[in-house]
Amino acid sequence: MIKILIVDDEKDVELLFRQKFRKEVRAGEIELVFAFSGDEALMALESDNPPKVVYVFSDINMPGMTGLELLENVKSKFPDINVSMISAYGDTENYDKAIKSGAKEFFTKPIDFEEIKSEIRNFINSQ
Amino acid sequence: MYFINFFSLLILYYLSSNIKKFNPTSPLKKWINWGFLAGTAIWISGGTLEYSDVIFAQILFKILTIALISGLAYLVYTVPEFERTKTLFNAIAPFIILGIIEHFVELLAPKFYNSWEAVFETALAFAFLWAIFMYFVTRKQRKNLEIERLKAIERERELEIIEKVKASLEIEVADRTNELIRQKEELEKTLQELKSAQAQLIHAEKMASLGELTAGIAHEIQNPLNFVNNFSEVSHELIDEIQEARNKRLENANKTEEDELEEEILADIKTNLEKITHHGKRADSIVKGMLGHSRSNSGERTPSDLNALADEYLRLSFHGIRAKDKTFNADFKTDFDPSLPLVTIASQDVGRVFLNIVNNAFYACADYSKKLKNQVNLEDESLKNYIPCVKVTTRNISGTGVISISDNGPGIPENIREKIFQPFFTTKPTGMGTGLGLSLSYDIIKAHGGKIDLISEEGKGTEFIITLPLDRK
Repeated sequence: MIKILIVDDEKDVELLFRQKFRKEVRAGEIELVFAFSGDEALMALESDNPPKVVYVFSDINMPGMTGLELLENVKSKFPDINVSMISAYGDTENYDKAIKSGAKEFFTKPIDFEEIKSEIRNFINSQ
Repeated sequence: MYFINFFSLLILYYLSSNIKKFNPTSPLKKWINWGFLAGTAIWISGGTLEYSDVIFAQILFKILTIALISGLAYLVYTVPEFERTKTLFNAIAPFIILGIIEHFVELLAPKFYNSWEAVFETALAFAFLWAIFMYFVTRKQRKNLEIERLKAIERERELEIIEKVKASLEIEVADRTNELIRQKEELEKTLQELKSAQAQLIHAEKMASLGELTAGIAHEIQNPLNFVNNFSEVSHELIDEIQEARNKRLENANKTEEDELEEEILADIKTNLEKITHHGKRADSIVKGMLGHSRSNSGERTPSDLNALADEYLRLSFHGIRAKDKTFNADFKTDFDPSLPLVTIASQDVGRVFLNIVNNAFYACADYSKKLKNQVNLEDESLKNYIPCVKVTTRNISGTGVISISDNGPGIPENIREKIFQPFFTTKPTGMGTGLGLSLSYDIIKAHGGKIDLISEEGKGTEFIITLPLDRK
């Protein structure tokens, strides 16, 4: 069982992910936690020491702390946690910045859940 | 009689000086000279003739004297040239007439004359005085007249000078007027140019803000639309799961009426969700097109061969339409300028522009062809054998690459030419076009520092002219 944190300012994302990953969650393969801002995400990570979350998927465009800032924060505080970005803006500028800051993958919206599922499967297999 | 001759000479003198002064070439001069000669001869011979004992000589002398003065009188009163002398003649006329009358009375009725001599003499004396008096008056008048004349000449001269100045002024005024007219025309031309530049600026500004607005709207719509699509997809999956579970459960059991009703409803919900996904995807592709506006400046730019690019997308368009519509039939021609150098462009973006415009061209003339075929009574013979044709031409014209895409379709109606580059403007039936193709093309070409011009004639065809700046060497 691995713990995954999803960060997005749109609350309905939780509903969507929970339904999409219903099988995986029920099978006990993964556990999903959600945060609706960068600050909330950092608080969630810091609440356990060492953090139980091993993978973070974050939106880039968020009010307050952006996904890219969150990425830098997470990478400086918890370098072992994987972070991938999910953004509506698939331009090269965002992509380059994310990869340079240590993002594992870069997904574009609308989300292709098959891609994310296979990424998670690969991650589990590599553990 | 002596006096009369004296006066004759005096008059002759005046006439001669008159001629000398005002008209030296007058043909009368000769006669005046003869008159002088005659006058002098009579004057000199007068002394002997008048008092000669021969009465005939006396009469001859008198006749000659009277003839001379009469001739002069005739000249003075009839020739306009001698008008000036008229006053002088008026002055001496009473004296002359009296003199002549006295002589004839003396000659014809000596007795009467003798008894009335004193009266005659007195009258003569008065006439003489009158003549002298008149002479001086006339002289004074003449002097005044002379001054007047000189003044008139002076005025004439001044007038002449004024005329000259006036003429030169008029030339100057004409020159300046021409200059002003020329300047006015130039200004009008400049104004016209400014107006058209302003209109272009306004248009460009409008297009830019429309593009921004479009992209902004797209961004805002994209997230909720993603949710719609995602939730409909996930619901679809959930129903799949329900159906799977139900099938397992009901595999070996008898299905009740309720079971069947439930299955039917589940199938309907699934179809509905598919419809939601389908239309959501449709909206999504529109949003993608709209987002293209904000990305029209983002493609990577590499040196590209415009000829190859135009050719590639022309064929792509042709085969693309043909794959979709089996009845589609059209001709295409190319005329590429081999001197066109490589141009640094975002080739995918510019390719999209070519594709959009060529697609429109094919669509327009193929549609036109169909409409013509449906028309039974075609009056124009040339339209009976109408073959849709799209022509792509490239040219290297003084530092710019010019790509012309023309069709022989129905042309673009004048009233919509302004609108065709606006987002969402389309003449195609609903669902056939988003109305974003040309607005996007406009943005892309604008981002490359180029422009798209349009020449269209209804019933003849349409030509889009894309101008792209070539790379500076």
